[in-house]
Amino acid sequence: MIRMAVVGLGKMGVSHLSMIKAHEKVEVVAACDSTEYFLDLLNKHTGTPVYSDYSKMLDQTAIDGLILATPSAYHFDMMKEAMARGIHVFCEKPLTLDPGQSKELAALAQSKGLVNQVGYHYRFVGTFQEVKRLLDLGALGRVTHVLAEAYGPVVLRPKGSTWRSQRNAGGGCLYDYAAHPINLLNWYFGAPDAVGGTLIGKIFSKDTDDEVYSTLHYTSPNPLSAQLSVNWCDESQRKMTTKLTLWGTNGQICADRQEMQVYLREPHAGLADYRQGWNTRSTTHLTGPVWFYLRGEEYSAQLDYFVTAIAEKRAENINSFESASETDTVIAMLLADRSLTNGQGAALARAPTKAPAKKPFSFLGSR
Amino acid sequence: MDKLLFGDNQFFGVNHMSESKARAQAMRFRDTDAIMEVLDVALELGVRTFMCTTHERISEICDRVRTDPGRYAKFVFYPSMPYAHKYANAVTEEGMLGALRRFLPDEGRINAVLKGGLAVAKKDIRGMATPLIDAEMKMFRGLETPVIFLQNVVVDLLLGLGFYEAFRLFADHVRDSYGAEPGFITMNMPRLLQALEQVGIENPIICANINKLGFRMSGGIAANERALRTGRFRAIAMSVFASGAIPAEEAIKWVCDQPNIKSIVFGASSRSNIRHTCELVARYWPTPAEDLRPQRVAT
Repeated sequence: MIRMAVVGLGKMGVSHLSMIKAHEKVEVVAACDSTEYFLDLLNKHTGTPVYSDYSKMLDQTAIDGLILATPSAYHFDMMKEAMARGIHVFCEKPLTLDPGQSKELAALAQSKGLVNQVGYHYRFVGTFQEVKRLLDLGALGRVTHVLAEAYGPVVLRPKGSTWRSQRNAGGGCLYDYAAHPINLLNWYFGAPDAVGGTLIGKIFSKDTDDEVYSTLHYTSPNPLSAQLSVNWCDESQRKMTTKLTLWGTNGQICADRQEMQVYLREPHAGLADYRQGWNTRSTTHLTGPVWFYLRGEEYSAQLDYFVTAIAEKRAENINSFESASETDTVIAMLLADRSLTNGQGAALARAPTKAPAKKPFSFLGSR
Repeated sequence: MDKLLFGDNQFFGVNHMSESKARAQAMRFRDTDAIMEVLDVALELGVRTFMCTTHERISEICDRVRTDPGRYAKFVFYPSMPYAHKYANAVTEEGMLGALRRFLPDEGRINAVLKGGLAVAKKDIRGMATPLIDAEMKMFRGLETPVIFLQNVVVDLLLGLGFYEAFRLFADHVRDSYGAEPGFITMNMPRLLQALEQVGIENPIICANINKLGFRMSGGIAANERALRTGRFRAIAMSVFASGAIPAEEAIKWVCDQPNIKSIVFGASSRSNIRHTCELVARYWPTPAEDLRPQRVAT
């Protein structure tokens, strides 16, 4: 049995706890949070050993793997402490708020030979995995442009009182939402060489961002541009929707969590099951079964992948700290670019100055 | 329970296969009239049970049914609570306790529980949960709700955590306060059956994905089939078409061949689809639901 602890029992942490407790190879040896009221309920009704002091939990419990779902600003210190004790770590995204710290954690995990994984669950979604397969086979030819979108109904009015409503705690649309499409772009194309035209704006929030738009530029192996369009104040979406549209010299792919539409100008030799013209695939066909379902197969699958990595001492990880630090780097690039271009400065091309229009002559005079 | 129950996903933009289809449906059913039209067709074709989430728009449907008791004399609701996104979004915005505060009708009570410290908290899970259930049930006042379901995200969250007493609490409250049968929706049917039996809920009503594709039948199709063969619960099959991934006839035939299924819940937006499903069920499932198949004993 893998001895697992879950730290941070907010929305993500509780659902991780529920899924991992149901895993047949796992024994949950501790759950940790600062809300003692909730810990008490959890302990009384489920028998889970609980701690409100993280260090005390690490001191008193033998733990193989840790699932960390605390506010992002706490990730760095908590993970260092865990890894120093030789504990494998699964961390919620983003890895940290500082790419330097993320790289440091990646190096530490590497040097200690610890399994390290970040919760970018879209890499476990059937459709996005199929996009990866098609791209790796070169089905689209040379990819020329990507539109990477994420929308959802998170902030719909001017209030909010959790850490998610504060940027410096790692809240906001950039870290919470935009990180996902950025991470998918990283998976497919690596890190961009430059970003431009970044707009990170507020719609309802006071202390953080609600919308993120930017252009990502890649130069190698081929020139490629990607447009990021993210808004979490969109009530027209029932829940978070992440969507990628990719154009290539041999066609187009449009994919979200549910389905994928592929247009191929020419059939591809390596893809016997895709024809010239339109092809559609749905998650129903692309998604493998999981041992326990709570809110999407991908959430279960990523935890199983973590457990299996520990059990099999597998070194490589599809969502390693290293790969997640790439996403943190892009986020830092967006923030840097935003401070250059947000609404002013030389980076914006201005409309030519117009001469004031003459008032037309009128017998009735001006109104 | 009737053999065919009518679901509501199609009315609220839920489609597991396509976002664009979901959106088109959400637009088509933006007016309650459009929903009522379809419900009337279903009723006319003999499908009189509406299994619906406690989505705020359902209250409009409840109003319509209440105002025309003649027409809807046989119409029955199977509420399924809570409408999870409402809570999930609130938790993101305001945290766990903030969300609880928002949805609990009696502000004073929850605040007393939260401020009262651990001793109070230990005793009062029931005190917190029952007002939440009552708040969700308010819209159905005066209507027939013979079965009341706990919705799958909540059921499966509690199931994973191992908080089985909550099922008991729900079952007791639904029986005592509404004279209704408790039902449980899940994506993890074999595991849930064990949990419910552990807390003494005998022969429960469980609504789970049961389809030829094995789509979202966690634990595997074999374990699900084994659980069905025990005959120790009343099964309602949902997602029988796997959101349209299985052709209708093939899907219905397969489900009707499974042992111990009491009902099928399905969603449809057109008269022809509703009629087609009714015809298929009549063809492949000709006997009355209650004595449908010999109850096999667990092996």
